[in-house]
Amino acid sequence: MNDSQWRAWYPYVSPLDPCPPIRVKTYVVPPNQWIAFQPMNLPQFPLDEAIRRGTLWPALYSPYPSRHAAKGG
Amino acid sequence: MWIYEKKLQYPVRVSKCDPRMAKYLIEQYGGADGELSAALRYLNQRYTIPSKVVGLLNDIGTEEFAHLEMIATMVYKLTKDATPEQLEAAGLGAHFVNHDSALFYNNAAGNPWTATYIQAKGDPLADLYEDIAAEEKARATYQWLIDYTDDVDIQDALKFLREREIVHSLRFKEAVEILKADREQKKVY
Repeated sequence: MNDSQWRAWYPYVSPLDPCPPIRVKTYVVPPNQWIAFQPMNLPQFPLDEAIRRGTLWPALYSPYPSRHAAKGG
Repeated sequence: MWIYEKKLQYPVRVSKCDPRMAKYLIEQYGGADGELSAALRYLNQRYTIPSKVVGLLNDIGTEEFAHLEMIATMVYKLTKDATPEQLEAAGLGAHFVNHDSALFYNNAAGNPWTATYIQAKGDPLADLYEDIAAEEKARATYQWLIDYTDDVDIQDALKFLREREIVHSLRFKEAVEILKADREQKKVY
């Protein structure tokens, strides 16, 4: 997984909070945030892979794994 | 909580009796890109935005209420001494029937303010980009309002407010850069 696209922050946790705290919150910074104007001739995925991923270019690809808890184990 | 200072952020002078202008200024009072929308949008988003930029949303959201007061002052000055006939001539007949000369949160076309004007998506970048877009739209609205009056005193206050939109937009863009760069600690799964 592309960990470099994720950022973590640590919300304030009060001793008086009613619920068990989530200490780390995360968000994605997708690659479009770093490209002002796409340069020519970037490397490409194979076509059958590109059509599944939604982009021709690995430089633009942003994976998003579901936060929904996996069932079973 | 807030501490209130009983003065405007920037002085508001209205030197021409022109109730028509009130009908247009109300766009920045209760319109989609107006000051009420801005204040409520930022002060609501700040709860779930990363801590590093909470203060920015808090401060700008607060300033938007100061701008709201300025717009309200202009609208009030332009309408308080108008007769029902003059209000009707200014295009404010429907407003008079519903509100007398009270202010109300609606846009220039009379549509009441709605929470659908604002969003809190929970994704920090999505929220900040909405804020940047809102500032640019408000700047444009101020430009069209400045185009629509020849009262140099109203123009002066509107030019101040327009400039604040430009500054706020830059601050939100800086917040985006802060959140993009923030790799303070490796994440633990």
